[in-house]
Amino acid sequence: MKEKLEQIKQEALKQIEVSDALEKLNEVRVNFLGKKGELTAVLKSMKDVAPEDRPKVGQLVNETREEIERVLDEAKTKMERAVREAKMKAEVIDVTLPAKKNNVGHRHPNTIALEEVERIFVGMGYEVVEGPEVEKDYYNFEALNIPADHPAKDEQDTFYITGDILLRTQTSPVQVREMEKGKLPIRMIAPGRVFRSDEVDATHSPSFHQIEGLVIDKNITFADLKGTLAEFARELFGEDTKVKFRPHHFPFTEPSAEVDVSCFKCGGKGCRFCKGSGWIEILGCGMVHPRVLKMSGIDPEEYSGFAFGVGLERIALLKYEIDDMRLLYENDIRFLKQF
Amino acid sequence: MNTALSWIKAYVPELACTDQEYCDAMTLSGTKVEGYERLDKNLDKIVVGQVEKIEKHPDADKLIVCQVNVGNETIQIVTGAPNVKEGDKVPVVLDGGKVAGGHDGGPLPEEGIKIKAGKLRGVPSNGMMCSIEELGSSREMYPDAPENGIYILPQDTPVGADAVEVLGLRDTVFEYEITSNRVDCYSILGIAREAAATFRKPFVPPVVEVKENGENVNDYVSVEVKDTDLCTRYCARVCKNIKIGPSPEWMQRRLAASGIRPINNLVDITNYVMEEYGQPMHAFDLDKVAGHKIIVRRAKDGDEFQTLDGQMRKLDSEVLMICDAEKEIGIAGIMGGENSKITDDVKTVLFEAATFNGANIRKSAKRIGLRTDASGIFEKGLDPYNAQAAIDRACQLIEELGCGEVVGGMVDVCEPLPEKKYLSFLPGKYNKLLGTDVSREDMLEIFKRLEIEHIVNSSGEECLGIPSFRQDLEGDADIAEEVARFFGYDKIPTTLPSGEATTGKLSFKMRVEAKARDIAEFCGFSQGMSYSFESPKVFDKLLLPQDSPLRQTVTISNPLGEDFSVMRTISLNGMLTSLATNYNRRNKDVRLYELGNIYLPHALPLTELPDERMQFTLGMYGEGDFFTMKGVIEEFFDVIGMRKKPVYDPKAGKPFLHPGRQANILYDGKVVGYLGEVHPEVLDNYNIGTKAYVAVLDMPEVLPFATFNRKYEGIAKYPAVSRDISMVVPKEILVGQIENMIAQRGGKILESYQLFDIYEGAQIKEGFKSVAYSITFRAKDRTLEENDVAAAMKKILNGLEGLGIELRQ
Repeated sequence: MKEKLEQIKQEALKQIEVSDALEKLNEVRVNFLGKKGELTAVLKSMKDVAPEDRPKVGQLVNETREEIERVLDEAKTKMERAVREAKMKAEVIDVTLPAKKNNVGHRHPNTIALEEVERIFVGMGYEVVEGPEVEKDYYNFEALNIPADHPAKDEQDTFYITGDILLRTQTSPVQVREMEKGKLPIRMIAPGRVFRSDEVDATHSPSFHQIEGLVIDKNITFADLKGTLAEFARELFGEDTKVKFRPHHFPFTEPSAEVDVSCFKCGGKGCRFCKGSGWIEILGCGMVHPRVLKMSGIDPEEYSGFAFGVGLERIALLKYEIDDMRLLYENDIRFLKQF
Repeated sequence: MNTALSWIKAYVPELACTDQEYCDAMTLSGTKVEGYERLDKNLDKIVVGQVEKIEKHPDADKLIVCQVNVGNETIQIVTGAPNVKEGDKVPVVLDGGKVAGGHDGGPLPEEGIKIKAGKLRGVPSNGMMCSIEELGSSREMYPDAPENGIYILPQDTPVGADAVEVLGLRDTVFEYEITSNRVDCYSILGIAREAAATFRKPFVPPVVEVKENGENVNDYVSVEVKDTDLCTRYCARVCKNIKIGPSPEWMQRRLAASGIRPINNLVDITNYVMEEYGQPMHAFDLDKVAGHKIIVRRAKDGDEFQTLDGQMRKLDSEVLMICDAEKEIGIAGIMGGENSKITDDVKTVLFEAATFNGANIRKSAKRIGLRTDASGIFEKGLDPYNAQAAIDRACQLIEELGCGEVVGGMVDVCEPLPEKKYLSFLPGKYNKLLGTDVSREDMLEIFKRLEIEHIVNSSGEECLGIPSFRQDLEGDADIAEEVARFFGYDKIPTTLPSGEATTGKLSFKMRVEAKARDIAEFCGFSQGMSYSFESPKVFDKLLLPQDSPLRQTVTISNPLGEDFSVMRTISLNGMLTSLATNYNRRNKDVRLYELGNIYLPHALPLTELPDERMQFTLGMYGEGDFFTMKGVIEEFFDVIGMRKKPVYDPKAGKPFLHPGRQANILYDGKVVGYLGEVHPEVLDNYNIGTKAYVAVLDMPEVLPFATFNRKYEGIAKYPAVSRDISMVVPKEILVGQIENMIAQRGGKILESYQLFDIYEGAQIKEGFKSVAYSITFRAKDRTLEENDVAAAMKKILNGLEGLGIELRQ
């Protein structure tokens, strides 16, 4: 009996050895281990074995079966691996062939710059607020301490619809509307389209965008204004950016300042970009004029605040080195795709 | 404003700094320097020489050989200049030196021109005698310079001296940007006062003392101001026995450096005082002033007047005029008249220094179309005290320079002069606003330099007396700015606002718009921007009927031109123009979107602000079609939580779209926008030579449906059952109707339906099309039985049959 099992095993292993395909391995399995297989036949003949020998023979049969199965599985795994290897070898691709892209669209550089600015100020707790583009004279001028005969009101700068309705020349009227709501403290920025009567050329456009910022609270100081804008400039133009505050004049702020940032091209050494000065002017700002506070119903003895205004196009042109403002409104896809 | 530093130094004698230091310090204290230019740029080794001997050049008729004493030696110079004579003193550039330009007066080369010893037609020449052009200036500014010749220096000039210095060119001209509130700084004295305060040096203004004759000005002239609202002060003085001649060199040099051409002593004095005091003055020939009477009044509508430049000017009743007893003789603050112009034979001069209403001058100058140096200053609104100071200074100079004799007294017609203003001295308040800790002593030191007086008034309160020339100082914040300017903006600390925390956020509208940008870009659309105003002609280009409400526009009363004159009421013109630009530039497959407002008036003429409606506009040509556009819209709706199925109504009635390829987009029964293929005629109007598609969503209509709230509804646990149906459908039936039917009749177990084939052609009978749908059913709580599905299908098919649809076998 033992010999017979050994013989079956040897025969099976031999057949496995010479199998060169998965089907053949399967045949071996069927021939030896299947219902009508040789090993099964041995098991069936167990009834002829003496009962006391049966456990021993049974064990022998099982051992043989396990051995054949093990070798079969090994052979199968090996063969499957070989087949997969061969398949993958045939599937080699040229990875340098062109990518299949979704051709996503591109955002306007103005919007990219705006979102940068919004991100910075929203992070500092500012609310982003909008207001009308066709605006009342009162909000655009009078409430901002620009009285009737002020040169800034001159027709040559402002587009008028009627005597007291105009296209806003700045986003500052949004500040006034916000202050009038009477909810303090205020921390807001107001981005938006503004209009001035400038002929179209490389550096001028009759329609452009501004971002106005306003903070009103108790104990707001010029030092706070400096700190805030220094933080803004570093976020927008890089950690090493320095800011310079120069006295200036705006009717709606007092004291007022213009702000230069160290040239982010040359780091302040002076280059063609900053016309050799090392500085680039980017915005105007100041402490909200007490008269402006008062007109909007805020007590200047109790509250103070600062405001600043920055041209979005100016930032976009500077940051992305765009040399002609007209490109921003032509919408040539070859331009837009660069952003 | 351009000014030579030497003139500033005349009033701040201790000022010592480099040009760059001056530039930086002045800019930081508020007098912004735009730039500066050295007048001796590229002038090197130029000395005063005296021509001792002139001989003819042996080989050239047009050249002469000069022996020129340059102080320590005598050098030989060959020149072609026709004007030098023996004994003349001239500027000589020595071997190895540099001049600024050529003798032709053309543009100055950046690096100047090097001069080297050499030979001219074989004769050695060891330097060059210079023309004024070679020294970088012009005959305009040096009227005594000859045309095409060497500049001849005065006989008393020491030989060997620095000729650049002698000519007043060792100087730097600074260009300032003066802010509109600082009228006082449109003057040398104003800037000098700022410079003195900035550098903490004494300010030494000129001492004005007028030597008058014994006569009385009232015997010469009388003044009547009729329109006192436009002229608050009119000062007049008279000078007689006028001797017209050149003004002294120092005055000519200072004017030239300020860009003012020296003319003669009288004109130069008025210009000089205008620069020095910032008070424009006018000089009349008194003998041409009828009745020796000045009347200041408004002109009459339709009047015409010849200004001294010979031009006829149209006037109106808001233009202030200076008149004599008979006629108009000058436009106040703008320009004098031809009829009272000073000529070289003038005997008696009437000086005018007045204070006019700035806004009126500005508007008049604009209407007349004549903006002069004088009007540019007047329009800022001047200090009435300055008028008297300036006219006295002018008379002092007339007398000192030997230009004439000053008649005693001044005619002064004026409204009550403004009283001196006092503000409380509140050092704590200034520091609180600035976030600084400046001591009161330092503040008082600053005020002293600015001529702001510190007093204690009768009630024991400390006050600051504001000088009349500082009309801009009105309140505590203004004073705080003065402290900040001279304490130094750079020394103010940097802090961040403390206090109650606030929430940074975007509005819901902005968040939805941000999603619109994201989706448009994911779908391949790039963001464009176009102007809010356009031409009224765009309505014709868009084939809008004459009675279209979109032709009711918010119209700009003073546009840059018709092309920018109306606020858009429809966003398509901007989009089509951009597509056309791209098409014209042969860009392929262009997809653009824009988020911008249209402006719809509630009523015309405008009495309230118009309705500004944000439009999400998409436009494209090239790859893609109507259904691509539809896809973008639905993707957008999906991300902003609009999960119901939008309805497309082909009867949109848009004249600018293809009549068979347009639809209104309805959501929950409301029109929220439209889309379609652009009408071929409109494409022609925009020169777009290919099909183009547009979609417009009216965001105020979309917003109420948008939400960022989401609720998880579970993932189906039980299997779905699908049924495919193939139908023969009458051509006029829209797929949308079939879908509506499926949706209505599918019942609760209907999960989805998908069009998978649509076909018209040979195998299908005339007037019909073949449409195939795959319909999917699923129950949330069980596995569907065959009879569930069969029942639902039966209902659907019954409904479809009602539309005249046959099931295909």
